[in-house]
Parts: sequence; structure tokens; C-alpha cells
Amino acid sequence: MTSDTVIRAEGLGKKYIIGHQTADRSTTFRDVITQNVKNFVRGAKDMAQGKAIVAGDELEEFWALKDVNFEIKRGDVVGIIGRNGAGKSTLLKVLSRITEPTEGRVEIKGRVASLLEVGTGFHPELSGRENVYLNGAILGMTRAEINRKFDEIVDFSGVEKFLDTPVKRYSSGMYVRLAFAVAAHLEPEILVVDEVLAVGDAEFQKKCLGKMQDVAGQGRTVLFVSHNIGAIKSLCKSGILMQNGSAAFIGQVQDTLDFYGRQLNASRHGGSDGSGLRVESITLDYNGTPALDIRVDGLSIPTGRYEIRAFLTSASGTAVGVGSVGGFGSKGLEISVKNQSLNLSLQLPNLARDIYLITLEWVDEATHNVVARLNLDEVDFLPPPLTGENHALDSSWGSGFVRLPISVSM
Amino acid sequence: MTEQVSPAAHAEGIATEKSQRILILEAGRTERNYWSDLWSYRELFAILAWRDVAVQYKQTVIGVAWAVIRPLLTMIIFTVVFGTLAKLPSEGTAPYPVMVMAGMLPWFLFSTILSQAANSLVTNSNLIGKVYFPRLIVPTASSIVALVDFAVTFVLLLGLMVLLGFFPSWQILLLPLFILLAVLAALGPALILASLNVRYRDFRFIVPFIVQFGMYVSPVGFASSVVPDNLRLIYSMNPVVGVIDGFRWCLLGGEAEIYWPGFALSLIVVAFFLWLGIRTFRATEKTFADLF
Repeated sequence: MTSDTVIRAEGLGKKYIIGHQTADRSTTFRDVITQNVKNFVRGAKDMAQGKAIVAGDELEEFWALKDVNFEIKRGDVVGIIGRNGAGKSTLLKVLSRITEPTEGRVEIKGRVASLLEVGTGFHPELSGRENVYLNGAILGMTRAEINRKFDEIVDFSGVEKFLDTPVKRYSSGMYVRLAFAVAAHLEPEILVVDEVLAVGDAEFQKKCLGKMQDVAGQGRTVLFVSHNIGAIKSLCKSGILMQNGSAAFIGQVQDTLDFYGRQLNASRHGGSDGSGLRVESITLDYNGTPALDIRVDGLSIPTGRYEIRAFLTSASGTAVGVGSVGGFGSKGLEISVKNQSLNLSLQLPNLARDIYLITLEWVDEATHNVVARLNLDEVDFLPPPLTGENHALDSSWGSGFVRLPISVSM
Repeated sequence: MTEQVSPAAHAEGIATEKSQRILILEAGRTERNYWSDLWSYRELFAILAWRDVAVQYKQTVIGVAWAVIRPLLTMIIFTVVFGTLAKLPSEGTAPYPVMVMAGMLPWFLFSTILSQAANSLVTNSNLIGKVYFPRLIVPTASSIVALVDFAVTFVLLLGLMVLLGFFPSWQILLLPLFILLAVLAALGPALILASLNVRYRDFRFIVPFIVQFGMYVSPVGFASSVVPDNLRLIYSMNPVVGVIDGFRWCLLGGEAEIYWPGFALSLIVVAFFLWLGIRTFRATEKTFADLF
């Protein structure tokens, strides 16, 4: 270990045993009985051998981390990105000593504090004041340290009026603000953070991001997992891309994000088709209904009637929204050769905050052929705080689409 | 969080600055300075114990009075059933209620620690899955609640003694030693049950059964002198027998004689379970987070 390396992972691996339910579970009563007896025998055998019980009919080994190698220098602020299930959180759990690696080793130099959740250990029956001490101690602060920073913490959270109220009476916003305020005043040498900036309203998020920037600026080593590309870009110097349990790319943060973006596009669309299209600008417009304004240039398709389709996919690969001009029975868009550029406005009222991939397609109305296709970079969509009856379509919602209003001008 | 010293790394002079010690995480690696690590987490221990005590009687109407009512009613029933109906003898001249109470104090201490600590890892699973600390803190901190209840019940016993005009003698000064013995006797099995409970939730159903059963096989409602002499050594295999006998000896003055061979055997059983408990716990604590 060189003198300024603070974390070094060598051949790190973490295996879990997961169980599956067989699909045709309850075909006949006899099958159910046989399967239950089998499971019982296996459970008893495992217990006799001191192994853990795994629910399910079939067992499978699953490597959440496999052969991960990296080195982190003192003062580095490292963003860890990747799809859901790529192993980011498992990596953080290993680094913060919550779970033991199955193979390989990690060397860590310095005091590690991990922030995998805001408000770890908060007790609903205790008051805000008591919870500050409780949570602080759990995160590794000493009593003296908490005493010293208590006023600052309360100030940051903005809940001083309710400090002696049990936190079960808090609104969820107050609760996370107090919880984050404690966490933000940790002063470890190495800070490990998992997606905790995604709390509170937009204003509080800005405050959190600012606080994180302060922490990063003080020469501390920070490991930061987030799906928020904007936050990663503004906070981190370098990046690690996790993919299927291993580090697929390690480098400067911009390079890592570029690599990730290219890979996502390649895996989804098999590369671009070279129709000469390029994006001039993408802006997210938050006034009124949030909308995505896209200016496209270099359109070299023959004059004719076209339908423009927009597809939204979440970074985890789920189809989320679809919008179209023309199509769905209405008249297509007349495009002549001289209209080389075009402004599209895609309204995004129902989206949850996430990273989205956007694909635009030009479809010939007569032949139904796709004559041009354009994959936009990932767009990091941060909707304004929801009020009243609005409900976001969650990115984990699974299947299904929202129809998005789209408009075009030339 | 704390710093870890890897003696090997230290010897090779790899750690360059005095505060920068290297922590190595590897499969199956046992930490060499586990106990000093535990000591550096004493503030967390204190605050978790305080949390359990503070929360114990929140949102109850009569609050800490529960710590009085439970042993008081049990004492009355035992005195009626064993003393009045079954006409079992007390220890020497000690009034039967005082004798029962002196046995119930350590029994409640033992059984509360056992059931609280055995469940503590599961009830604190949210912490264990999110933050590192030596896991031994959780079951030991939860036993502090039992000590607070014990203190309340002890005041009840003193009141009862004054009421019945029975006063202890110098032996009461040795009581802290036997309190410690009761805690250690409970912690051994509790640590085994706690670590097993994480893996096999079957133990959640077993623990209340052990507690219920244990109350009748231990000399809580009767004096252990009623056990036939030829069975007494075997009877002392139950570690609680030694603890209760010790308590009665302290609290009832010279009225209760300690059966020394049995007491020694109880001590050995307590030490064995404590050793086994710590060993089991330490062997499994690194996997706890994966099992919730």
C-alpha cells in the first residue's frame, strides 16, 4: 500500500445463496406435500450443519461481487455508478464492514463512517433531541462531538421548534431533514454514502448537495453511490462503473459516465444508424409542466409525411413512456428537405426522478419504415416536488407506459 | 468507528503515520483486538442501553409500576400455592413471602435478560444491516433494562422486609457479586440463543418456553433445601440454582445455608455457558447482516 492509498481492494468477491420458488408449485396436493417435506428435510439438514436457511425450492449461488480490484487515494471523491443490481450497495456494505467478503481482501487506512440510509436507528418514541444523540452514536460520533455540533445540526435541519417532540409526530420531511443533518456533521476520514441525497424537497436536496461538496472539499475521501448523474458529476473526481458484480470501468468521472452512457445505448439499440442526425441541445424546462426541449439538426431524410415517436426508457431498462406526433390515427408531420432542423418539446408530467434514455424515431407514414433514429444521452430527470394529488410513475413500477404529450416546431 | 491495528502490518512498518492504521477485511479473518475494539464502542453501548430503558415504559399508563406489579402478584401466588397450600418449609425463620421474593429477584433478572437478549439482534436488525459495530453490544446492552427492573423490584423486597420485620445481616454486602453472577449466567445461554435466533427463527418460540419451564424447575417458589439430598448435586446443574441460593444466603442472613458442592457446580456450568456463548456469537456475528 503506497502512502496515499486509503482503500485497496484485491480480487474482492461476495457470494449469496438465493432460493427460487419453482414455477408450477401448487399443481397437485401431493406435489405440494412432497415439496414441503423436501424443504423441511433440507432445512433440518442445514441446521444440523449450522448453515443458514434459504427459502425456496431450488438454490442458486449468486455472486453479488466478483473479482473487484481498485485503489482509492486520500482525498479522492469517487462516484460509484451502475444499474440496479450491479453490486454497488454490496460493495459499500463490504467496505463499511457490515458484511464479510467471501473472497479477496480489502485494506483500509483510516476511520470509516458509512451512511447507507438516513436515520439509521431513529426511534419513533424518542424526541428529536434524543434521536440526534442516538443516531450520532450509531454513526460513530462521540458524545462530546455531538454536544459540540448539536446547535449546528439543529440549525441545518430546521426543526428546532419540534426538538422535544417524539419523532413519530414528525412529518416525513422533517424526519429526513433531521436525520440527514446528523449524518452531514460526521467527520470521518473516509465517508461511504449510498444514495441518501434523494431525500426532502428540492430546496433541501440543494442544501444536502452543498454540504456534500463541503465534505468533499475538506480533503476527505468519499465514496458515493448515486443514480443522480448530476450529483455525481458535480461532486466526484473519479468514477467506478459497476457491472454484474465487477468494476467495468475505473477512471475520471466524465470518462466513466461517457463509458456508461455508450454502453447503455449500445446494449439497448445496437449503436446508432448513422442517418446524420445530431442533437443540438437538450434542456429540461421546469416551468409549469416539466418538459424536455430537444433541438435536432442534420435531418437528411426525403420530403414526406413522418410520424415522430419518442421512447423513454429508465436506466434500468424498463420502458417508461412513449410520445408521438402523428401516428395513433392522426396526421403525420410534413417534412421537406429544407427543414433540416427541428424543435421538439416532450412533456414529462408523470415521471419519477431517475435517469432516462430517450430514443427518437422518424417513421415514414406510408411504408412504416423507420427512416431515422436518434439516441439521446441519458437525461437526469429531477421533477419538481409533487403537491396534492399528483402521483409519479415510479421507475420501479415495472411494465407499462405513460403517453407523453409532444409538440414539434421547425 | 474505530481504528484497527493489524499487528502484522505494524511489524512491517507499513503504517506510516501513527493514526493511520490499516484495517484488513478478509473472509474468516478474526479480529485480534476484538475486546479493545469493544471497549472503544462503550458510548454506543451506553446509548443503546439508555434507549431501551427510555423506551421500555413509553406509552404505558402505569409505566414503571409494571416492574412492581409483575413480581408482586407472582410472589403472592407462589406464597399461597407453595407456602400456604402445599405447606413447604421456608429457609430457617425467614417469612415465606420474603424467601419467595429473594428467589424471584434473581429469577426475573435471569429470565428478562435471557428473553430480551435472545431477541435483541432481530429487533435491532435495521442497525445491523446498515452500520458496523461489534455486535456483542446489542445483546449486552439490552440486559441493562433487566437491571433497571431489578432495582425497582429490589426496593419492593426491602419494603416487604420492613413490613414483615425481617432484617438482613452483613451478607447483603456481597449481593453485587451475586447480581453479577446472575447476569453472567443469563448472558451465556442468551448469546447462544441470540445468534441461533438470527439463523433459525424457531428459537423465537423456544425462548418463552424455556423461561416458563425454568421458573418451575428452579427454586423460585420453594427453598432448594426441599430437594432430596441425593438429588441436590444433579439439581445444581441448573445454573440458576446456584444464583438463587446465593441470593437467599445474602438476603436472608444466615437463615439459608449454601450447599457448597452444588454452588461450585453451578459456577462451572455458568462459566461453561458463558464461554460457549461468546464463542458461538463471535463465530457467527459476521454473517448476521446477510441473514436478515
